[in-house]
Amino acid sequence: MRDTSSLNNMRDAIMVAIEDLAAEHPEVVMLDADLSSCIGSSSFQKLYPERFFNCGIAEANMVGVAAGLSSMGLVPFAHSFGCFSSRRAYDQWFLSVGYAQQRVHLIGTDPGITAQLNGGTHMPFEDIALMREVPGIYVIEPSDAQSLYELTRQAYATGKSSYTRVPRKGATHRYPVGTKFELGKGIVLHEGSDLAIVATGEVMVNAATKAVETLEASGVHPMLIDLHTIKPLDTELLEKAAKQCGRMLVCENGRYAGGVGEGIAAHLARTCPTKMDFLNVGERYGEVGKLPYLAQAFGFTPERIVELAEGLLKN
Amino acid sequence: MLDAKTLGKLQDQALELRKMTIREIGHLGSGHIGGSMSIIELLTYLYYHEMRIDPSDPKKVDRDRLVCSKGHAGPAVYATLASKGYFPEDWLLTLNQGGTRLPSHCDMNKTPGVDFTTGSLGQGTSAAVGIALGQRLLKQDARTFLIVGDGESQEGQVWEAAETAAQWKLGNLIAFTDFNKLQLDGWTDDIVSMDDIDTRWLGFGWHVQRIPGHDFNQIAEAVERAKAVLDRPSMIILDTIKSKGFIPGEGICANHSMAFDSEAAEKAIAELEARTKGGKE
Ligand SMILES: Cc1ncc(C[n+]2csc(CCOP(=O)(O)OP(=O)(O)O)c2C)c(N)n1
Ligand SMILES: [Mg+2]
Repeated sequence: MRDTSSLNNMRDAIMVAIEDLAAEHPEVVMLDADLSSCIGSSSFQKLYPERFFNCGIAEANMVGVAAGLSSMGLVPFAHSFGCFSSRRAYDQWFLSVGYAQQRVHLIGTDPGITAQLNGGTHMPFEDIALMREVPGIYVIEPSDAQSLYELTRQAYATGKSSYTRVPRKGATHRYPVGTKFELGKGIVLHEGSDLAIVATGEVMVNAATKAVETLEASGVHPMLIDLHTIKPLDTELLEKAAKQCGRMLVCENGRYAGGVGEGIAAHLARTCPTKMDFLNVGERYGEVGKLPYLAQAFGFTPERIVELAEGLLKN
Repeated sequence: MLDAKTLGKLQDQALELRKMTIREIGHLGSGHIGGSMSIIELLTYLYYHEMRIDPSDPKKVDRDRLVCSKGHAGPAVYATLASKGYFPEDWLLTLNQGGTRLPSHCDMNKTPGVDFTTGSLGQGTSAAVGIALGQRLLKQDARTFLIVGDGESQEGQVWEAAETAAQWKLGNLIAFTDFNKLQLDGWTDDIVSMDDIDTRWLGFGWHVQRIPGHDFNQIAEAVERAKAVLDRPSMIILDTIKSKGFIPGEGICANHSMAFDSEAAEKAIAELEARTKGGKE
């Protein structure tokens, strides 16, 4: 057990998790694509110089190399910004890792609007959809440092490939050390029965937490779920929430098409048709700016969540 | 050889662009200073001496075009375009602010004068091949200039672009490698070496030259030679210094993106001016 409450950045939480795994398992190796200083994988390099490979600015090659290492019984963690980990290396990820049934733990930093000043070219919303398309892998986006640490370890323990979305800078400390997390099982952060708010990732869970306070103050009792595992979906909890609340709002720092919301809607359409609404970027591309500007520009705010929740409750 | 007057003008302009770039990034508080400063002479030469362009008509169909494939050098490109009158200079103070028309990476749909959108390294090279091919198909008397980073050259796409450009004998494509020996994580030699870069391009069927990249006379001569080669694309490898002219970043490894404020920018500019007057630039 490790307490991550003193860590200042989400990237530190995942690096500590990988380094702890590397200490326990000699087969763990790490690859980066010239963004080592951005996630801090240089600390891994210092600890295990012979197990770290900077592949240069060549993400597709990095993922392909990781697949080859996996076939040799090694367990690679590979990192780039989410836009490049997903879009730039997709065929290699899909075939050499997915189809070839290899095992690689891929990290995409700066998901969605957290790409901030790197702007539209670096702002992945569609990585969620791309990764959901690969059969048999885990897709996770923990909302705080402790859950990121624990779920990275659990993803390792599955023996399957995973893709993890990680904001690099700053850290939310929502869950104390000792909290029980279960990969694939969402966390009910707040009980309620008027509507269910399902949020994924740090940006959205933080915004939704504030929105819930506002809603409670106005007499609305929402349920709030931190859906840290995007694939596989926690269908049991989602169905329960849908039945209990009858209405559901899904918030993700991502795109509608192929995203978390669409995935949940497709499932509930078969099992428990529910009135739903969605907060995501829809059809928009990313753009440059600091987090507060981007949150406003895309409506990733507590105010917008309250507005959508109230809209859902009206009819 | 450039005549003394032309050379002097280009040197003055380069100094001006360096100052504008430093102020632009300083006003924001951080940015890609290293890779911006290393291409200042190149941008100055292309925009002030070589390219057949009309800032009052940025979309003129048969213009020469520039693709800055290392799109993170946007701040230097913007300073150049502003100085040429593509847009007001005070736009530079909006770099990367929400709603800006000058985002960190070059964007053809936001910034007048930018010919192609870049930021995902490698992609600008293929786009430049397509542009040069289009110029030829449309029978335009126009050239495509392309700027590639040395770290960027680790992307396989760069070499895929290289092989098609050679196959199609794109003599109207003139590319430059900003060979500043550094990438984001450090020295290119320590990551994935690009040391034999000249022979690589030669092997891909390009006309290759290698010159000191901050020397206007050398740039002028190399560009003239490249223009005379009609049956092959040209690569001019520029030996450059990352962060050249932003003295706090010169010679250090961590100069890819640096944080500094306006005050530090003015200090750096004063330092640069003092050094330039000393005749060392
Ligand atoms: C495909 C891709 N991978 C990673 C990045 C992140 N990145 C931006 S600049 C850079 C280093 C570029 O090095 P180099 O090409 O040598 O540029 P320069 O030294 O001129 O700044 C990296 C890794 C990117 N923009 N695109
Ligand atoms: Mg470089």
